[in-house]
Amino acid sequence: MISANLLAVFYMVSGVLFILALRGLSSPETSRQGNLFGILGMAIAIVVTIISVGNFSTGFLILLVLLLIGGSIGSFIAFKIPMTAMPELVAGFHSLVGLAAVFVAISAFLNPEVFNLGNPGDIKIASLIEMSLGAAIGAITFTGSIIAFLKLRGIMSGSPITFFGQHYLNLILGISLIGLIFYLCKTQVDTWFWTIIAISLLVGILLIIPIGGADMPVVISMLNSYSGWAAAGIGFTLENTALIITGALVGSSGAILSYIMCKGMNRSFFNVILGGWGATDQTSSSSSKEQKPVKNGNADDAAFLMKNASSVIIVPGYGMAVAQAQHALREMVDALKKNGVKVSYAIHPVAGRMPGHMNVLLAEANVPYDEVFELEEINNDFANCDVAYVIGANDVTNPIAKSDPQSPIYGMPVLDVEKSKSVLFVKRSLSPGYAGIDNDLFYRDNTLMLFADAKKMTEEIVKSL
Amino acid sequence: MEIDPFIFRLSIFILSIFIGYYVVWSVTPSLHTPLMSVTNAISSVIIVGAIIAALAGGSENIFDTANIFGYLAIILAAVNIFGGFLVTQRMLAMYKKKKDKK
Repeated sequence: MISANLLAVFYMVSGVLFILALRGLSSPETSRQGNLFGILGMAIAIVVTIISVGNFSTGFLILLVLLLIGGSIGSFIAFKIPMTAMPELVAGFHSLVGLAAVFVAISAFLNPEVFNLGNPGDIKIASLIEMSLGAAIGAITFTGSIIAFLKLRGIMSGSPITFFGQHYLNLILGISLIGLIFYLCKTQVDTWFWTIIAISLLVGILLIIPIGGADMPVVISMLNSYSGWAAAGIGFTLENTALIITGALVGSSGAILSYIMCKGMNRSFFNVILGGWGATDQTSSSSSKEQKPVKNGNADDAAFLMKNASSVIIVPGYGMAVAQAQHALREMVDALKKNGVKVSYAIHPVAGRMPGHMNVLLAEANVPYDEVFELEEINNDFANCDVAYVIGANDVTNPIAKSDPQSPIYGMPVLDVEKSKSVLFVKRSLSPGYAGIDNDLFYRDNTLMLFADAKKMTEEIVKSL
Repeated sequence: MEIDPFIFRLSIFILSIFIGYYVVWSVTPSLHTPLMSVTNAISSVIIVGAIIAALAGGSENIFDTANIFGYLAIILAAVNIFGGFLVTQRMLAMYKKKKDKK
Protein backbone atom coordinates (compact mmCIF):
# COMPACT_ATOMS: atom_id res chain seq x y z
CA MET A 1 0.00 0.00 0.00
CA ILE A 2 1.14 3.53 -0.64
CA SER A 3 -0.21 6.66 0.92
CA ALA A 4 -2.80 8.76 -0.86
CA ASN A 5 -0.36 11.65 -1.08
CA LEU A 6 2.38 9.59 -2.68
CA LEU A 7 -0.17 8.16 -5.07
CA ALA A 8 -1.25 11.66 -6.08
CA VAL A 9 2.38 12.59 -6.70
CA PHE A 10 2.81 9.61 -9.02
CA TYR A 11 -0.34 10.54 -10.91
CA MET A 12 1.01 14.03 -11.34
CA VAL A 13 4.25 12.60 -12.72
CA SER A 14 2.19 10.60 -15.23
CA GLY A 15 0.37 13.76 -16.19
CA VAL A 16 3.65 15.60 -16.77
CA LEU A 17 4.97 12.73 -18.89
CA PHE A 18 1.81 12.92 -21.02
CA ILE A 19 2.38 16.63 -21.53
CA LEU A 20 5.93 15.85 -22.66
CA ALA A 21 4.57 13.21 -25.03
CA LEU A 22 2.50 15.85 -26.80
CA ARG A 23 5.31 18.37 -26.63
CA GLY A 24 7.57 15.91 -28.44
CA LEU A 25 5.30 16.06 -31.47
CA SER A 26 6.48 19.58 -32.27
CA SER A 27 9.06 18.01 -34.55
CA PRO A 28 9.53 14.54 -36.04
CA GLU A 29 12.96 14.19 -34.39
CA THR A 30 11.69 14.56 -30.86
CA SER A 31 8.42 12.76 -31.47
CA ARG A 32 9.67 9.22 -30.96
CA GLN A 33 11.13 10.11 -27.60
CA GLY A 34 7.86 11.84 -26.75
CA ASN A 35 5.95 8.66 -27.42
CA LEU A 36 8.24 6.80 -25.01
CA PHE A 37 7.44 9.39 -22.34
CA GLY A 38 3.79 8.67 -22.95
CA ILE A 39 4.29 4.94 -22.53
CA LEU A 40 6.28 5.51 -19.34
CA GLY A 41 3.55 7.76 -17.95
CA MET A 42 0.94 5.12 -18.66
CA ALA A 43 3.03 2.37 -17.06
CA ILE A 44 3.52 4.44 -13.90
CA ALA A 45 -0.19 5.19 -13.63
CA ILE A 46 -1.17 1.54 -14.00
CA VAL A 47 1.45 0.13 -11.63
CA VAL A 48 0.85 2.59 -8.78
CA THR A 49 -2.90 2.08 -9.07
CA ILE A 50 -2.53 -1.67 -8.74
CA ILE A 51 -0.18 -1.24 -5.76
CA SER A 52 -2.49 1.26 -4.09
CA VAL A 53 -5.47 -1.08 -4.28
CA GLY A 54 -3.20 -3.71 -2.80
CA ASN A 55 -5.48 -6.58 -3.65
CA PHE A 56 -3.36 -9.37 -5.07
CA SER A 57 -6.00 -12.09 -4.98
CA THR A 58 -7.93 -13.75 -7.78
CA GLY A 59 -9.08 -10.37 -9.04
CA PHE A 60 -5.47 -9.41 -9.70
CA LEU A 61 -4.88 -12.51 -11.81
CA ILE A 62 -7.99 -11.77 -13.83
CA LEU A 63 -6.70 -8.24 -14.30
CA LEU A 64 -3.39 -9.47 -15.67
CA VAL A 65 -5.12 -11.87 -18.04
CA LEU A 66 -7.42 -9.10 -19.26
CA LEU A 67 -4.50 -6.73 -19.77
CA LEU A 68 -2.81 -9.44 -21.77
CA ILE A 69 -5.88 -10.11 -23.91
CA GLY A 70 -6.59 -6.42 -24.54
CA GLY A 71 -2.91 -5.74 -25.11
CA SER A 72 -2.54 -8.51 -27.68
CA ILE A 73 -5.63 -7.40 -29.57
CA GLY A 74 -4.36 -3.81 -29.55
CA SER A 75 -0.84 -4.76 -30.64
CA PHE A 76 -2.16 -7.02 -33.37
CA ILE A 77 -4.32 -4.22 -34.78
CA ALA A 78 -1.48 -1.71 -34.50
CA PHE A 79 0.88 -3.85 -36.55
CA LYS A 80 -1.62 -5.04 -39.13
CA ILE A 81 -3.48 -1.86 -39.94
CA PRO A 82 -2.61 -0.29 -43.31
CA MET A 83 -1.77 3.42 -43.11
CA THR A 84 -4.64 4.26 -45.44
CA ALA A 85 -7.05 2.94 -42.80
CA MET A 86 -5.74 5.25 -40.08
CA PRO A 87 -8.91 7.40 -39.90
CA GLU A 88 -11.09 4.34 -39.25
CA LEU A 89 -8.64 3.05 -36.69
CA VAL A 90 -8.61 6.29 -34.74
CA ALA A 91 -12.42 6.49 -34.88
CA GLY A 92 -12.63 2.90 -33.66
CA PHE A 93 -10.22 3.57 -30.81
CA HIS A 94 -12.21 6.63 -29.75
CA SER A 95 -15.29 4.49 -29.43
CA LEU A 96 -13.41 2.20 -27.04
CA VAL A 97 -12.35 5.09 -24.81
CA GLY A 98 -15.95 6.30 -24.78
CA LEU A 99 -17.31 2.90 -23.83
CA ALA A 100 -14.63 2.41 -21.17
CA ALA A 101 -15.65 5.75 -19.64
CA VAL A 102 -19.28 4.60 -19.58
CA PHE A 103 -18.31 1.31 -17.90
CA VAL A 104 -16.19 3.00 -15.25
CA ALA A 105 -19.00 5.44 -14.53
CA ILE A 106 -21.48 2.57 -14.22
CA SER A 107 -19.24 0.75 -11.82
CA ALA A 108 -18.72 3.86 -9.76
CA PHE A 109 -22.49 4.32 -9.65
CA LEU A 110 -23.15 0.73 -8.58
CA ASN A 111 -20.36 0.56 -6.07
CA PRO A 112 -19.62 4.11 -4.85
CA GLU A 113 -17.99 3.02 -1.56
CA VAL A 114 -14.83 1.87 -3.34
CA PHE A 115 -14.28 5.30 -4.78
CA ASN A 116 -15.22 7.12 -1.52
CA LEU A 117 -18.25 8.65 -3.14
CA GLY A 118 -20.82 7.68 -0.51
CA ASN A 119 -23.23 4.74 -0.52
CA PRO A 120 -25.58 3.43 -3.20
CA GLY A 121 -28.67 5.60 -3.09
CA ASP A 122 -26.75 8.26 -1.20
CA ILE A 123 -23.95 9.36 -3.51
CA LYS A 124 -22.44 12.81 -3.12
CA ILE A 125 -24.23 15.27 -5.41
CA ALA A 126 -21.01 16.60 -6.97
CA SER A 127 -19.82 13.07 -7.73
CA LEU A 128 -23.17 12.21 -9.21
CA ILE A 129 -23.02 15.18 -11.57
CA GLU A 130 -19.44 14.38 -12.62
CA MET A 131 -20.28 10.72 -13.04
CA SER A 132 -23.32 11.34 -15.20
CA LEU A 133 -21.49 13.90 -17.30
CA GLY A 134 -18.62 11.44 -17.81
CA ALA A 135 -21.05 8.67 -18.71
CA ALA A 136 -23.08 10.89 -21.04
CA ILE A 137 -20.08 12.25 -22.94
CA GLY A 138 -18.56 8.78 -23.01
CA ALA A 139 -21.74 7.31 -24.48
CA ILE A 140 -21.96 10.06 -27.11
CA THR A 141 -18.32 9.43 -28.02
CA PHE A 142 -18.99 5.70 -28.23
CA THR A 143 -21.91 5.69 -30.66
CA GLY A 144 -20.67 8.76 -32.51
CA SER A 145 -17.32 7.12 -33.19
CA ILE A 146 -18.99 3.93 -34.32
CA ILE A 147 -21.02 5.86 -36.90
CA ALA A 148 -17.86 7.71 -37.97
CA PHE A 149 -16.06 4.37 -38.22
CA LEU A 150 -18.83 2.85 -40.37
CA LYS A 151 -18.85 5.88 -42.65
CA LEU A 152 -15.09 5.92 -43.06
CA ARG A 153 -14.96 2.21 -43.64
CA GLY A 154 -17.60 2.58 -46.35
CA ILE A 155 -19.97 0.18 -44.59
CA MET A 156 -22.36 3.09 -44.21
CA SER A 157 -22.85 5.62 -46.98
CA GLY A 158 -20.74 8.75 -46.56
CA SER A 159 -23.58 10.98 -47.68
CA PRO A 160 -25.33 13.00 -45.00
CA ILE A 161 -28.51 11.54 -43.55
CA THR A 162 -30.94 14.28 -42.65
CA PHE A 163 -34.60 14.27 -41.74
CA PHE A 164 -37.20 16.82 -40.82
CA GLY A 165 -36.88 18.28 -37.35
CA GLN A 166 -33.50 16.69 -36.73
CA HIS A 167 -32.01 19.70 -35.01
CA TYR A 168 -35.06 20.14 -32.82
CA LEU A 169 -34.91 16.51 -31.82
CA ASN A 170 -31.26 16.91 -30.83
CA LEU A 171 -32.11 20.04 -28.90
CA ILE A 172 -34.92 18.31 -27.03
CA LEU A 173 -32.69 15.34 -26.22
CA GLY A 174 -29.92 17.65 -25.04
CA ILE A 175 -32.27 19.55 -22.74
CA SER A 176 -33.78 16.33 -21.41
CA LEU A 177 -30.26 15.11 -20.56
CA ILE A 178 -29.74 18.14 -18.35
CA GLY A 179 -33.14 17.60 -16.76
CA LEU A 180 -32.40 13.95 -16.13
CA ILE A 181 -29.09 14.71 -14.46
CA PHE A 182 -30.95 17.15 -12.23
CA TYR A 183 -33.55 14.53 -11.31
CA LEU A 184 -30.88 11.93 -10.74
CA CYS A 185 -29.20 14.19 -8.19
CA LYS A 186 -32.48 14.91 -6.51
CA THR A 187 -33.86 11.40 -6.30
CA GLN A 188 -30.79 9.12 -6.63
CA VAL A 189 -33.05 6.70 -8.54
CA ASP A 190 -30.96 4.50 -10.80
CA THR A 191 -33.54 4.47 -13.61
CA TRP A 192 -32.55 8.05 -14.39
CA PHE A 193 -28.92 7.06 -14.61
CA TRP A 194 -29.66 4.34 -17.17
CA THR A 195 -31.94 6.70 -19.09
CA ILE A 196 -29.15 9.27 -19.28
CA ILE A 197 -26.83 6.67 -20.80
CA ALA A 198 -29.49 5.46 -23.24
CA ILE A 199 -30.33 8.97 -24.45
CA SER A 200 -26.64 9.84 -24.80
CA LEU A 201 -26.09 6.76 -26.94
CA LEU A 202 -28.90 7.97 -29.19
CA VAL A 203 -27.53 11.53 -29.31
CA GLY A 204 -24.15 10.18 -30.44
CA ILE A 205 -25.78 8.53 -33.45
CA LEU A 206 -27.97 11.52 -34.30
CA LEU A 207 -25.02 13.93 -34.08
CA ILE A 208 -22.89 12.13 -36.62
CA ILE A 209 -25.31 10.80 -39.24
CA PRO A 210 -26.00 14.22 -40.84
CA ILE A 211 -22.30 14.84 -41.41
CA GLY A 212 -20.87 13.98 -44.81
CA GLY A 213 -17.76 12.03 -45.72
CA ALA A 214 -15.38 14.90 -46.47
CA ASP A 215 -16.26 16.58 -43.18
CA MET A 216 -14.84 13.59 -41.35
CA PRO A 217 -11.63 15.43 -40.37
CA VAL A 218 -13.78 17.69 -38.21
CA VAL A 219 -15.81 14.80 -36.83
CA ILE A 220 -12.79 12.74 -35.85
CA SER A 221 -11.16 15.71 -34.15
CA MET A 222 -14.39 16.48 -32.35
CA LEU A 223 -14.79 12.93 -31.10
CA ASN A 224 -11.15 13.02 -30.01
CA SER A 225 -12.02 16.06 -27.96
CA TYR A 226 -15.14 14.40 -26.48
CA SER A 227 -13.18 11.34 -25.41
CA GLY A 228 -10.93 13.72 -23.49
CA TRP A 229 -13.80 15.50 -21.75
CA ALA A 230 -15.32 12.14 -20.84
CA ALA A 231 -12.02 11.07 -19.27
CA ALA A 232 -11.84 14.36 -17.37
CA GLY A 233 -15.38 13.87 -16.07
CA ILE A 234 -14.46 10.45 -14.74
CA GLY A 235 -11.23 11.96 -13.38
CA PHE A 236 -13.25 14.38 -11.25
CA THR A 237 -15.44 11.54 -10.02
CA LEU A 238 -12.47 9.41 -9.04
CA GLU A 239 -10.54 12.44 -7.75
CA ASN A 240 -7.66 11.35 -9.94
CA THR A 241 -5.25 14.01 -11.19
CA ALA A 242 -3.72 11.87 -13.95
CA LEU A 243 -7.17 11.50 -15.51
CA ILE A 244 -8.04 15.15 -15.05
CA ILE A 245 -4.79 16.36 -16.62
CA THR A 246 -5.01 13.88 -19.48
CA GLY A 247 -8.67 14.61 -20.09
CA ALA A 248 -7.95 18.33 -20.33
CA LEU A 249 -5.00 17.77 -22.67
CA VAL A 250 -6.91 15.48 -25.00
CA GLY A 251 -10.00 17.62 -24.86
CA SER A 252 -8.19 20.79 -25.86
CA SER A 253 -6.11 18.95 -28.45
CA GLY A 254 -9.23 17.66 -30.22
CA ALA A 255 -10.86 21.07 -29.99
CA ILE A 256 -7.86 22.77 -31.59
CA LEU A 257 -7.74 20.20 -34.38
CA SER A 258 -11.45 20.72 -35.05
CA TYR A 259 -10.83 24.44 -35.21
CA ILE A 260 -7.92 24.02 -37.65
CA MET A 261 -10.01 21.73 -39.84
CA CYS A 262 -12.97 24.10 -39.88
CA LYS A 263 -10.68 26.98 -40.77
CA GLY A 264 -9.26 24.86 -43.60
CA MET A 265 -12.77 24.75 -45.04
CA ASN A 266 -13.72 28.30 -44.04
CA ARG A 267 -16.78 26.99 -42.25
CA SER A 268 -17.94 27.46 -38.72
CA PHE A 269 -17.95 24.51 -36.38
CA PHE A 270 -21.74 24.65 -36.10
CA ASN A 271 -22.12 24.74 -39.83
CA VAL A 272 -20.27 21.43 -40.04
CA ILE A 273 -22.04 19.84 -37.09
CA LEU A 274 -25.48 20.88 -38.24
CA GLY A 275 -24.92 18.81 -41.28
CA GLY A 276 -24.63 18.22 -44.95
CA TRP A 277 -23.07 20.39 -47.50
CA GLY A 278 -23.68 18.12 -50.43
CA ALA A 279 -27.35 17.84 -49.59
CA THR A 280 -28.14 21.50 -50.08
CA ASP A 281 -26.02 22.29 -53.10
CA GLN A 282 -27.01 19.54 -55.49
CA THR A 283 -29.29 21.91 -57.40
CA SER A 284 -26.71 24.58 -58.11
CA SER A 285 -24.26 22.09 -59.53
CA SER A 286 -26.67 20.50 -61.99
CA SER A 287 -27.82 23.83 -63.43
CA SER A 288 -24.36 24.82 -64.61
CA LYS A 289 -23.64 21.53 -66.29
CA GLU A 290 -23.06 22.65 -69.86
CA GLN A 291 -20.42 20.95 -71.93
CA LYS A 292 -17.17 22.82 -71.90
CA PRO A 293 -14.07 21.76 -73.79
CA VAL A 294 -11.51 19.84 -71.82
CA LYS A 295 -7.97 18.99 -72.79
CA ASN A 296 -7.50 15.31 -72.41
CA GLY A 297 -4.04 13.79 -72.10
CA ASN A 298 -2.37 10.45 -71.53
CA ALA A 299 0.55 9.19 -69.49
CA ASP A 300 3.11 9.94 -72.21
CA ASP A 301 2.05 13.57 -72.41
CA ALA A 302 2.28 13.88 -68.66
CA ALA A 303 5.68 12.21 -68.54
CA PHE A 304 6.96 14.50 -71.29
CA LEU A 305 5.71 17.62 -69.54
CA MET A 306 7.17 16.71 -66.18
CA LYS A 307 10.48 15.45 -67.51
CA ASN A 308 11.11 18.79 -69.18
CA ALA A 309 10.01 20.83 -66.20
CA SER A 310 12.45 22.29 -63.74
CA SER A 311 10.07 22.18 -60.80
CA VAL A 312 6.99 20.10 -60.06
CA ILE A 313 4.58 20.44 -57.16
CA ILE A 314 2.46 17.46 -56.22
CA VAL A 315 -0.97 18.03 -54.71
CA PRO A 316 -2.31 14.83 -53.13
CA GLY A 317 -5.84 14.38 -51.84
CA TYR A 318 -8.19 11.75 -50.54
CA GLY A 319 -8.29 10.07 -53.98
CA MET A 320 -4.63 9.16 -53.55
CA ALA A 321 -5.46 7.36 -50.32
CA VAL A 322 -8.38 5.52 -51.89
CA ALA A 323 -6.29 4.39 -54.84
CA GLN A 324 -3.32 3.57 -52.54
CA ALA A 325 -1.20 5.52 -55.01
CA GLN A 326 1.40 6.87 -52.57
CA HIS A 327 4.08 4.29 -53.43
CA ALA A 328 3.63 4.68 -57.18
CA LEU A 329 3.79 8.43 -56.65
CA ARG A 330 7.10 8.11 -54.86
CA GLU A 331 8.51 6.06 -57.74
CA MET A 332 7.41 8.74 -60.16
CA VAL A 333 9.09 11.42 -58.07
CA ASP A 334 12.29 9.37 -57.86
CA ALA A 335 12.36 9.09 -61.64
CA LEU A 336 11.77 12.82 -61.99
CA LYS A 337 14.52 13.63 -59.52
CA LYS A 338 16.92 11.55 -61.58
CA ASN A 339 16.12 13.89 -64.44
CA GLY A 340 17.05 16.85 -62.27
CA VAL A 341 13.51 18.01 -61.60
CA LYS A 342 12.86 19.71 -58.28
CA VAL A 343 9.82 18.13 -56.64
CA SER A 344 7.84 19.20 -53.60
CA TYR A 345 4.48 18.26 -52.13
CA ALA A 346 1.69 20.65 -51.18
CA ILE A 347 -0.78 19.55 -48.52
CA HIS A 348 -4.06 21.27 -47.89
CA PRO A 349 -5.18 21.24 -44.23
CA VAL A 350 -8.31 19.19 -45.00
CA ALA A 351 -6.82 16.86 -47.60
CA GLY A 352 -7.84 13.33 -46.68
CA ARG A 353 -10.18 12.12 -44.00
CA MET A 354 -8.32 13.18 -40.88
CA PRO A 355 -5.80 15.83 -39.85
CA GLY A 356 -2.35 15.00 -41.23
CA HIS A 357 -3.67 12.02 -43.22
CA MET A 358 -1.65 12.81 -46.37
CA ASN A 359 1.55 13.37 -44.40
CA VAL A 360 1.38 9.91 -42.90
CA LEU A 361 0.76 8.28 -46.26
CA LEU A 362 3.68 10.09 -47.85
CA ALA A 363 5.89 9.21 -44.90
CA GLU A 364 4.86 5.60 -45.37
CA ALA A 365 6.03 5.78 -48.98
CA ASN A 366 9.41 7.06 -47.71
CA VAL A 367 8.90 10.62 -48.81
CA PRO A 368 11.22 12.75 -46.64
CA TYR A 369 9.13 15.10 -44.52
CA ASP A 370 11.20 18.13 -45.47
CA GLU A 371 9.88 17.87 -49.04
CA VAL A 372 6.29 18.12 -47.81
CA PHE A 373 4.82 21.57 -47.25
CA GLU A 374 1.68 23.05 -45.76
CA LEU A 375 -0.57 25.38 -47.69
CA GLU A 376 0.85 28.65 -46.33
CA GLU A 377 4.43 27.54 -46.83
CA ILE A 378 4.12 26.60 -50.48
CA ASN A 379 1.26 28.56 -51.96
CA ASN A 380 3.49 31.30 -53.39
CA ASP A 381 5.66 28.75 -55.15
CA PHE A 382 2.97 27.69 -57.61
CA ALA A 383 3.60 30.86 -59.63
CA ASN A 384 7.19 29.76 -60.26
CA CYS A 385 6.48 26.12 -60.82
CA ASP A 386 6.26 24.41 -64.21
CA VAL A 387 3.90 21.57 -63.49
CA ALA A 388 1.37 20.97 -60.73
CA TYR A 389 0.40 17.31 -60.44
CA VAL A 390 -2.99 17.07 -58.75
CA ILE A 391 -3.68 13.54 -57.65
CA GLY A 392 -6.97 12.77 -55.94
CA ALA A 393 -7.65 16.31 -54.81
CA ASN A 394 -10.40 18.53 -56.19
CA ASP A 395 -12.24 21.12 -54.12
CA VAL A 396 -9.05 22.27 -52.40
CA THR A 397 -7.68 23.45 -55.76
CA ASN A 398 -10.82 25.14 -57.04
CA PRO A 399 -10.03 28.77 -57.94
CA ILE A 400 -13.72 29.62 -57.65
CA ALA A 401 -13.22 29.84 -53.88
CA LYS A 402 -11.30 33.05 -54.53
CA SER A 403 -13.49 34.61 -57.20
CA ASP A 404 -17.16 33.74 -56.78
CA PRO A 405 -18.88 34.97 -53.61
CA GLN A 406 -21.93 32.87 -54.55
CA SER A 407 -20.01 29.64 -54.36
CA PRO A 408 -20.49 27.53 -51.22
CA ILE A 409 -16.74 27.22 -50.86
CA TYR A 410 -16.08 30.94 -51.28
CA GLY A 411 -13.40 32.08 -48.87
CA MET A 412 -12.02 28.62 -48.27
CA PRO A 413 -8.23 28.68 -48.48
CA VAL A 414 -7.21 26.85 -51.67
CA LEU A 415 -3.94 25.87 -53.25
CA ASP A 416 -3.12 28.25 -56.12
CA VAL A 417 -2.59 25.39 -58.53
CA GLU A 418 -3.83 27.40 -61.52
CA LYS A 419 -0.85 29.76 -61.24
CA SER A 420 1.62 27.10 -62.30
CA LYS A 421 2.55 26.92 -66.00
CA SER A 422 0.64 23.71 -66.54
CA VAL A 423 -1.62 21.57 -64.42
CA LEU A 424 -1.94 17.81 -64.65
CA PHE A 425 -5.19 16.69 -63.10
CA VAL A 426 -5.49 12.98 -62.39
CA LYS A 427 -9.15 12.16 -61.93
CA ARG A 428 -11.51 9.40 -62.93
CA SER A 429 -14.17 11.67 -64.39
CA LEU A 430 -15.27 15.28 -64.57
CA SER A 431 -17.70 14.79 -61.70
CA PRO A 432 -17.74 17.53 -59.11
CA GLY A 433 -16.05 17.01 -55.77
CA TYR A 434 -17.63 16.68 -52.36
CA ALA A 435 -18.84 20.26 -52.23
CA GLY A 436 -20.94 19.49 -55.32
CA ILE A 437 -19.49 22.27 -57.44
CA ASP A 438 -17.75 22.19 -60.75
CA ASN A 439 -14.02 22.84 -60.73
CA ASP A 440 -13.20 25.65 -63.12
CA LEU A 441 -9.67 24.36 -63.30
CA PHE A 442 -10.72 21.45 -65.54
CA TYR A 443 -11.48 23.79 -68.44
CA ARG A 444 -8.46 26.03 -68.30
CA ASP A 445 -6.03 26.16 -71.22
CA ASN A 446 -3.08 25.13 -69.11
CA THR A 447 -4.85 22.12 -67.61
CA LEU A 448 -4.38 18.64 -68.97
CA MET A 449 -6.87 16.12 -67.63
CA LEU A 450 -5.63 12.58 -67.10
CA PHE A 451 -8.73 10.43 -66.81
CA ALA A 452 -7.71 7.30 -64.93
CA ASP A 453 -7.34 5.68 -61.57
CA ALA A 454 -4.71 7.62 -59.62
CA LYS A 455 -2.47 4.63 -59.06
CA LYS A 456 -2.68 3.25 -62.61
CA MET A 457 -2.01 6.61 -64.19
CA THR A 458 0.98 7.27 -61.95
CA GLU A 459 2.41 3.83 -62.71
CA GLU A 460 2.03 4.43 -66.43
CA ILE A 461 3.81 7.75 -66.13
CA VAL A 462 6.65 5.99 -64.32
CA LYS A 463 6.92 3.56 -67.22
CA SER A 464 7.11 6.26 -69.85
CA LEU A 465 9.61 8.37 -67.93
CA MET B 1 -12.12 28.51 6.06
CA GLU B 2 -11.25 25.32 4.26
CA ILE B 3 -11.01 25.25 0.50
CA ASP B 4 -12.99 22.40 -1.03
CA PRO B 5 -10.59 19.90 -2.68
CA PHE B 6 -12.85 20.11 -5.71
CA ILE B 7 -11.57 23.64 -6.31
CA PHE B 8 -8.01 22.32 -6.41
CA ARG B 9 -8.95 19.71 -8.95
CA LEU B 10 -10.82 22.30 -10.96
CA SER B 11 -7.68 24.49 -10.94
CA ILE B 12 -5.59 21.58 -12.17
CA PHE B 13 -8.16 20.97 -14.89
CA ILE B 14 -8.28 24.56 -16.09
CA LEU B 15 -4.50 24.94 -16.05
CA SER B 16 -4.14 21.67 -17.96
CA ILE B 17 -6.49 22.97 -20.63
CA PHE B 18 -4.18 25.94 -21.06
CA ILE B 19 -1.09 23.72 -21.19
CA GLY B 20 -2.86 21.56 -23.76
CA TYR B 21 -3.79 24.62 -25.77
CA TYR B 22 -0.22 25.87 -26.06
CA VAL B 23 1.40 22.47 -26.47
CA VAL B 24 -0.97 21.39 -29.22
CA TRP B 25 -0.56 24.60 -31.19
CA SER B 26 3.14 23.89 -31.30
CA VAL B 27 2.58 20.48 -32.86
CA THR B 28 3.65 20.51 -36.49
CA PRO B 29 0.68 19.94 -38.85
CA SER B 30 2.42 17.02 -40.52
CA LEU B 31 2.22 15.14 -37.21
CA HIS B 32 -1.48 15.70 -36.63
CA THR B 33 -2.36 12.08 -37.28
CA PRO B 34 0.15 10.76 -34.71
CA LEU B 35 -1.14 13.46 -32.37
CA MET B 36 -4.61 11.97 -32.60
CA SER B 37 -3.43 8.44 -32.06
CA VAL B 38 -1.26 9.38 -29.09
CA THR B 39 -3.96 11.48 -27.43
CA ASN B 40 -6.22 8.52 -27.91
CA ALA B 41 -3.67 6.28 -26.21
CA ILE B 42 -3.15 8.57 -23.23
CA SER B 43 -6.86 9.12 -22.70
CA SER B 44 -6.98 5.40 -21.95
CA VAL B 45 -5.44 6.28 -18.60
CA ILE B 46 -9.08 5.86 -17.64
CA ILE B 47 -7.89 2.31 -17.02
CA VAL B 48 -6.91 3.40 -13.50
CA GLY B 49 -10.60 3.83 -12.72
CA ALA B 50 -11.30 0.46 -14.26
CA ILE B 51 -8.60 -1.20 -12.14
CA ILE B 52 -9.97 0.28 -8.92
CA ALA B 53 -13.47 -0.83 -9.88
CA ALA B 54 -12.35 -4.33 -10.84
CA LEU B 55 -10.25 -5.04 -7.78
CA ALA B 56 -12.74 -3.62 -5.31
CA GLY B 57 -14.04 -5.66 -2.43
CA GLY B 58 -11.59 -8.53 -2.16
CA SER B 59 -11.83 -12.06 -3.45
CA GLU B 60 -15.34 -12.92 -2.24
CA ASN B 61 -17.16 -10.62 -4.62
CA ILE B 62 -14.93 -10.45 -7.66
CA PHE B 63 -17.88 -11.18 -9.93
CA ASP B 64 -20.21 -8.45 -8.72
CA THR B 65 -21.77 -6.40 -11.50
CA ALA B 66 -19.66 -3.38 -10.62
CA ASN B 67 -16.47 -5.44 -10.81
CA ILE B 68 -17.47 -6.97 -14.12
CA PHE B 69 -17.94 -3.52 -15.64
CA GLY B 70 -14.47 -2.77 -14.34
CA TYR B 71 -13.06 -5.85 -16.10
CA LEU B 72 -14.76 -4.91 -19.37
CA ALA B 73 -13.35 -1.41 -19.14
CA ILE B 74 -9.88 -2.85 -18.53
CA ILE B 75 -10.01 -4.84 -21.77
CA LEU B 76 -11.22 -1.85 -23.78
CA ALA B 77 -8.62 0.46 -22.31
CA ALA B 78 -5.84 -2.12 -22.77
CA VAL B 79 -6.67 -2.46 -26.48
CA ASN B 80 -6.40 1.29 -26.73
CA ILE B 81 -3.21 1.68 -24.75
CA PHE B 82 -1.24 -0.93 -26.66
CA GLY B 83 -2.88 -0.19 -29.99
CA GLY B 84 -2.57 3.57 -29.62
CA PHE B 85 1.06 3.75 -28.53
CA LEU B 86 2.28 1.08 -30.94
CA VAL B 87 0.56 2.52 -33.98
CA THR B 88 1.94 5.95 -33.05
CA GLN B 89 5.41 4.46 -32.77
CA ARG B 90 4.96 2.77 -36.13
CA MET B 91 3.89 6.00 -37.78
CA LEU B 92 6.62 8.11 -36.22
CA ALA B 93 9.26 5.62 -37.33
CA MET B 94 8.28 6.41 -40.94
CA TYR B 95 8.99 10.13 -40.74
CA LYS B 96 12.45 10.50 -42.18
CA LYS B 97 14.54 13.37 -43.36
CA LYS B 98 16.13 13.59 -46.79
CA LYS B 99 19.03 11.17 -46.82
CA ASP B 100 21.17 12.45 -49.68
CA LYS B 101 21.88 16.13 -49.11
CA LYS B 102 23.42 17.36 -52.32
